[in-house]
Amino acid sequence: MTAPLPDDGSAAEALPTGAPVNVSRRRFLMASAGASAGAFVLGFGLPINAARADGTATAVVPGTRVPAFLEIRADNTVRLQCPFVEGGQGIFTAMAQLVGEELDADPATFVVENAPVGPDYKVMVNGRRGTGGSSSVRTSHLTMRRLGAIARAMLLTAGAQSMGVPVGELTTEPGHVVHARTSRRLAYGALAAQALDLPAPAPDSVTLKDKSRFRWIGKPLARVDVRAKSTGRAMYAIDAHVAGMLHAAIQHAPRLGLEPGTIRNADAIRAMHGVHSVHTLPGAVAVVAERFWHARRAVEAAQVDWIEPADKTAMRYMPADFSTEAHAKLLASASGPGEMAETAGDAATAFAGAASVITASYQSQFLNHAQLEPPSTLARFNPDGSLEVWAPNQSPDAFLADIAARAGVAPDRVTLHSTMLGGFFGRHFKYNTANPYPQAIALAKAVGRPVKVIWTREEEFLRDTLRPMALVQFRAGLDAAGMPVAIEAISACEGPGEGIANKRGEKLDASALEGVTGKQYAIPHRHIAQRYVKTPITLGYWRSVGHSMNDFFYECFLDEIAVKGGKDPYELRLHLLADNRRLTTLLRAVADLSGGWQPGPYTAPDGSRRARGIAMSSPFGSETAAIAEVSIDQGQVRVHTIWQAIDPGSIVNPAIVAAQVMSASALGLSQVLCEQAVYRDGMPIARNLDGYAILRPDAMAQVHTRIVESGEKMGGIGEPGLPAVPPAVANAIARLTGKPVRAMPLSSGKGLA
Amino acid sequence: MIRLHVNGTVHTIDALGETPLLWVIRDDLGLTGTKYGCGIAQCGACSVMIDGVVTRSCVTPVESVAGKAITTIEAVEHDPVGARVVEAWVRHQVPQCGYCQSGQVMAATSLIKGKAHPTDADIDAAMTNLCRCGTYTTIRAAVHDLAGAKGAAA
Repeated sequence: MTAPLPDDGSAAEALPTGAPVNVSRRRFLMASAGASAGAFVLGFGLPINAARADGTATAVVPGTRVPAFLEIRADNTVRLQCPFVEGGQGIFTAMAQLVGEELDADPATFVVENAPVGPDYKVMVNGRRGTGGSSSVRTSHLTMRRLGAIARAMLLTAGAQSMGVPVGELTTEPGHVVHARTSRRLAYGALAAQALDLPAPAPDSVTLKDKSRFRWIGKPLARVDVRAKSTGRAMYAIDAHVAGMLHAAIQHAPRLGLEPGTIRNADAIRAMHGVHSVHTLPGAVAVVAERFWHARRAVEAAQVDWIEPADKTAMRYMPADFSTEAHAKLLASASGPGEMAETAGDAATAFAGAASVITASYQSQFLNHAQLEPPSTLARFNPDGSLEVWAPNQSPDAFLADIAARAGVAPDRVTLHSTMLGGFFGRHFKYNTANPYPQAIALAKAVGRPVKVIWTREEEFLRDTLRPMALVQFRAGLDAAGMPVAIEAISACEGPGEGIANKRGEKLDASALEGVTGKQYAIPHRHIAQRYVKTPITLGYWRSVGHSMNDFFYECFLDEIAVKGGKDPYELRLHLLADNRRLTTLLRAVADLSGGWQPGPYTAPDGSRRARGIAMSSPFGSETAAIAEVSIDQGQVRVHTIWQAIDPGSIVNPAIVAAQVMSASALGLSQVLCEQAVYRDGMPIARNLDGYAILRPDAMAQVHTRIVESGEKMGGIGEPGLPAVPPAVANAIARLTGKPVRAMPLSSGKGLA
Repeated sequence: MIRLHVNGTVHTIDALGETPLLWVIRDDLGLTGTKYGCGIAQCGACSVMIDGVVTRSCVTPVESVAGKAITTIEAVEHDPVGARVVEAWVRHQVPQCGYCQSGQVMAATSLIKGKAHPTDADIDAAMTNLCRCGTYTTIRAAVHDLAGAKGAAA
C-alpha cells in the first residue's frame, strides 16, 4: 500500500467475511490466502443466505449440506467454512484434515475461514456450535469427516456422468476422480460445478474410511495459517476496516455498576484534535474520532462524575472497599457444611477410625486472560437497514441473537463476521459487561456511520472477566500403613457459571470444583463440597476453567498425604490407580519420558540443586500426567523442564497436540510462578502488562510431550495440557524445600511460606 | 505534515506529532500487520524496524522518525534476512494465535541483521516480546536454526 487508505471499502474486502462474494472478491481471498491468484473461480456456490438462521432452519441437518461448507475451485483449491473459530489452537488445520481425509483432498490445498452463523454449522453432537471446552474436534469429527465423504460421493457421481462409466469403476486420488481401466483422471475443480447440481446422498449412505487407511489424520501436518501469521497478513477483529469508518475509545466506570453523570470538561474534549463526538454509554463514556489515537487521548482526558447505582443488588456491583486481600480472608472464614459436590463411602466414620489425620488450606488467585489482542468490534448499519458486526467471539449464534436484540434488527438482517482471534483462552464468550460489541452498535447507531471500538489494554484489564479465586480446606485420613482412606475438600468460591449468572444456580456450578471432583484415585471415602461465596469481581472461563486451580489444590495435597504416610508420591499414585489401566499406563509413560522417576533433590551438571514433582489431571475428556524439574536460585524458582504425557483417546494432528501442550504448559507456569490480579479500593492495581506479570521468554521451560492414544473416547486438546503443570512445579519445590506450596502465585510470597 | 519513509515509499501524513507511529501505520497507512497489544512498550507486538533496528512503535512519536527508513512486517520479506526469518517461522511452525508474531519476526530479523550467529544470551537480550500462547521455545529454536547453531539450549 503506497498511499493513505482510501475510504472506498477496499480494505474491508480483505476481511474473510463469509458473506456472499463475487468473483473478483474470491480472487482476492485466494491471493490473500496464498492460492494462485490468477485461477478462474468455478465451483460450489455458497448459499449463505439459505444457510442463515431463518425460517427454513428446521429442515437443515447440520454438517450435511456440502455447498454451505465447501467450494472447490478450478485450480483444485478447497475453501472450507469452519464452524469453529481459530484462535491459535489449530482448529482450521484439524478441520481441513478431517474433511480432506474423506474428501480425498490434500489439507494443504485448503483455504479455511470462519463460517457465518447458520443452522448448517451447529455440528457438535449436542446440536450446538461454540469454540470452547476443548470440544471442537471431539464433538464433530465424525460429522466433519462424513461431510467430506458426502462431497467425495458427489464428485464421483459427477465423474461417472462425465466419463460415461459406472460410478463403481471410479476411485479417487488426492484431488482427482480416477478411472483406472482407461487411465483417465478428472480434477475435482473441473467436476465441482457439475457435482453441485446433484442431489446429495443421504448422510448414512456414505462409508467412512477405516483408520488404517488414513492418509492425513494422525499426521503432523503443517498448519494452514502459519505463513499468513508470520507475515502480518492474518486479519483480526482489531484490523477490520470499512468505508467511512470512525474510531471510538472508551473510558469505563472505575468500578462496575457506576454510571456516567456529568462530563465536566465535555466542551474541551469536543474541541480536541480530530474528535467527532462525545457519548455516554451504560457504565462508560466514549469519544468517537476520525483516528483511534485522537479518540483515545480525548477519552482519557474526560473528567467524569461517576454515579453510584440506586439499587446495588440489581446487578454485579463493585463496592469501593473491595480488595482481593479481604476477599481471601472472607473465603477463609466461610463456614458450614457447604453443598455436596461428590460423595462416596462414609467419610465421617472413616475419619473417626483413621490412624492419622492431616489438614491443609489451599488458595488460588484471580487471573486475567491477557490474550494479546485487546477486544474490539466494528459495527456498520447498511442503507437497507441490515447490520454487520465484526467481533471476536467463541459463540457466534449467541452473539448474533444478542446483537439483533440490542440493535432492534431482525436476526436475519444481522451479519456477524467472526474473526481470527488474537488469543482467547475463554475471553471471547458472551459476558454481560465484558464485550465491546454493545458499545460499537450504540455508537454506530448514534453517529450514523460505521464505528470501530477498541478497548485499550487499560480498559480491558478493568472489564476482563477473571478466573475465580478459591480457598479449599482439605482433610485426609490415613490408615496404619500410611495410605489415604478418606478425603474431604470444601471449597469456598464462586464458580464462573455462577459469576456470569450473578447468582447461585439450581444446581452446583460444575466448573467451580472440577479437579477436586472427578479424581480417579481409589480413596474409598470422599466428601467434596462447595461453600458459595459471592464475589463482586466479574468471573469468566479461563483456559482449563476449574481445573486450572483445583488440580493444583488436590495434587499438592496428595503429595502432603504421601509425605505424611511416608510414601513416594509417584508410587502412591501408582498404588491408588492400580485398578485403572489407562492412568497407570499414562503415569508410567510420563516417568519413562523423563528418563525414569527421580524426585531428587539432586545436583545437576551445572551445579544447581534440583528436584522433580509429579501431578495428574482428568480435564475435558483427556487424561494428563506431568513431571516438572525445578531449582531455586537466590529465592527465584526456575522451572527447567516439563515432561507431559497426554491421553486424548485418539488424535488428528500430533504436531498441534504437542504445540497445545507446550502452550498450555506455558500458561500453567505463568499462573504458578507470577500471575495474579490484585484489587484494592474496588479497582485492579494493574491496568497493563507492566503491573500484571505474564510469563516472559526467559522463564519458559523446555516442554517434552508424549501422546498416548489409548483408543478411548476422544478428549480435548486445547486446555488439558494446563492443569497438571502448576501442581507438578509446586510439588517439585516442596521436594526441594521440605515445605508444601499451598498458594499461587509463588511471586506473592505466600506460596513459599 | 510529516514525511514518512515506510517500506520504501514516501508518505505525507497529516497527524499530530505526538501520535505513536503504531497508529499512523495502522490507521493512516492501513498496514495492519503491526499490532497494538499494550501501548506501553511491554509486549512488543508493535515492533517495526527503524533504520534496521527493531523499535516499539506504540511509544515512538511519529515526528521523531520523519525521514528515517521504517520497515513493517508487510515488507519484511523484501529484506533477505527477513525472508529467511519468515521461512524459519514457517519451518518451525512458530505461530499459534499469531497476534504477537509480526513483532517476533521483526525482533528476530533485527537480531540476525546485527549478529548473524547470536548466542543464547544474545537471544535472551533481544527476543523479549511477550507471547501469551507460550511459543517461546519454538521461537528460540527457529532463531538458533537461522544462526546455524544446533538445537535450542535451555
